[in-house]
Amino acid sequence: MGYPHPIHPRETPVLSQHFGQAAARTYTGWVERGGYQALRKAIGMAPDDIIAEVKASGLRGRGGAGFPTGLKWSFMPKDDGKPHYLCCNADESEPGTFKDREVMRWTPHALIEGCAIAQLAIRADVTYIYIRGEFTEPYHVMQRALAEAYAEGVLGANALGSGKRIDMVIHRGAGAYICGEETAMMNSIEGRRGNPRIKPPFPAVAGLFGQPTTINNVETLAAVPAIINRGAAWYAGLSLSSPKSTGTKLISVCGHVQRPGTYEITLGFPMKDLIYDLCGGMRPGRTLKAVIPGGSSVPIMTPDEVEACPTDYEGIVAHGSMLGSGGMIVMDDSTDLVYQIMRLARFYAHESCAQCTNCREGTAWTTRILERMLAGEGKQSDLDLLLDLSDQMTGKTICVLSDSCAAPVVSGIHKFRADFDACLSRVRPAVMAGV
Amino acid sequence: MTAHGTTPHQPIFAGDVLAKLEALYPKYPDKRSVLLPALWLVQEARGWVSDDAVREVAERLDLTPSYVRGVLTFYTMYHKHPVGRHFIQVCTTSPCGMCGAEDVARTLVEHSGCGDLGATSPDGRFTVIEVECLGACGFPTPILIDDDFIESVTPERVPELLARYP
Ligand SMILES: Cc1cc2nc3c(=O)[nH]c(=O)nc-3n(C[C@H](O)[C@H](O)[C@H](O)COP(=O)(O)O)c2cc1C
Ligand code: SF4
Ligand code: FES
Repeated sequence: MGYPHPIHPRETPVLSQHFGQAAARTYTGWVERGGYQALRKAIGMAPDDIIAEVKASGLRGRGGAGFPTGLKWSFMPKDDGKPHYLCCNADESEPGTFKDREVMRWTPHALIEGCAIAQLAIRADVTYIYIRGEFTEPYHVMQRALAEAYAEGVLGANALGSGKRIDMVIHRGAGAYICGEETAMMNSIEGRRGNPRIKPPFPAVAGLFGQPTTINNVETLAAVPAIINRGAAWYAGLSLSSPKSTGTKLISVCGHVQRPGTYEITLGFPMKDLIYDLCGGMRPGRTLKAVIPGGSSVPIMTPDEVEACPTDYEGIVAHGSMLGSGGMIVMDDSTDLVYQIMRLARFYAHESCAQCTNCREGTAWTTRILERMLAGEGKQSDLDLLLDLSDQMTGKTICVLSDSCAAPVVSGIHKFRADFDACLSRVRPAVMAGV
Repeated sequence: MTAHGTTPHQPIFAGDVLAKLEALYPKYPDKRSVLLPALWLVQEARGWVSDDAVREVAERLDLTPSYVRGVLTFYTMYHKHPVGRHFIQVCTTSPCGMCGAEDVARTLVEHSGCGDLGATSPDGRFTVIEVECLGACGFPTPILIDDDFIESVTPERVPELLARYP
């Protein structure tokens, strides 16, 4: 469903088919819609068979990096006698991204079921669902659904009478984008500052509480029940393009389109049709100027790049950006890219956890230089300075927040040079007089 | 507060709030992990997290006050100072910004009587702050008033919305 709009005939509603239906939020309503059959099936399966099924489906992480989910699960040790943990990443704070929120608001039991199946696969007794503090409504909906799942015996020390322990705890964040980074999230659950950890060790070796841990995004986990119910082959067959991009993806579209919202497409769906057909295109009299397709951390695309781009992992890379989280920001010709890039840089400067010099200083200086340019005090050499800074911020820090700040700056300067030139030519008269 | 010194600290973790804290312990393998939820309980009960509250939390969780303060200051949603009776957060990050969020923020500041972002209105009723992406970018402009998440706020809607929060 292109929530809040009715399902468009060209969508493929798998995760979103019950969005907007209040009854789907309840245990009874969820069971009426086929809920918890997949969990019952998974309880009867060997953990490695669940992993094999998810591997064969081709499901990849929907949180941003697109790592194959089954493969990630297979990294978890077997028979090591240690407690294992699952973390469900519901921190959704990447500008442009608002799809996990709809999953939690409308189909909380889909997420609970997905977490439970993942727990069986990775042999984890407990899931911590980390929900960002600002998500008050999803938090309450999830709390209610979790209480119901416990009351119905779906969860607990003897989940569905299986003799297996499946527990879940909702942990509320308190305002820090960086806690969406997996190791920062583990620190935050442990009652620490949300600083990312140096890897290795990787979470599957030593994660939450020092124990083997898997972290998955809300949308990734919510996709698992359908895969178990309908089979890996069905899911793998959902693709309009590359065999490496399978299944459906929630794309949350915002900015200057007529119908912003969360749309579910089969991967490979033409980006142009998503914008013009599903979202109704630009406002009257406006034309497309730029698209950030995967949350603010990916490079900006030009209309030419959008033109023939399939919306999938490989296709978007081939057309100059990345699928990322699937948070799509659409900008029309009224947009000043320099201002928007400054605003994004300010976001990263605000959210940097400040433990790496290149990130702490780089995000702040990038913002300051862009602000100076916008104030009419820019110099032509500022562009080189920004590119040099961005280079120093890429691939040199503990996590990729720093790289994320550089992505829109570098792509912006290279692809939307006219906006920067226009900004530089708007030099304030007083400054001119001073030269 | 008296003119000479402060009133003694009334424990926060008593009765219901203590019961809520104790219900958290079995959910985590150690007490330190209860810190974020414990700070939420404090804020729910008192509206902000005072130095006395920091000491009380530290004592309950076998941590030091400086450790608790170090964690507290990392997270922006905990109030380290008293705020207005109603706390308003408005998103002005790019996707909302390009759809008019800055006008909404300005209108909120004016109508609430706060005068400035981050300030509390003289009648103590409102505090308005600007925040980064609230995860609802398709519904510009989203704002939070206390725990109420409100979507698609326009400057025109501001007076009517504020009137709901006496
Ligand atoms: C700065 C930063 C912020 C992130 N924020 C989120 C987030 O809000 N939600 C999310 O699912 N993943 C986020 N990620 C990605 C996670 O670290 C992690 O890769 C993901 O949750 C793994 O789940 P997946 O494999 O199912 O996608 C973020 C990464 C970084 C570096
Ligand atoms: S890159 Fe930035 S956010 Fe990431 S760990 Fe370093 S300072 Fe923190
Ligand atoms: S940018 Fe405003 S909610 Fe995301």
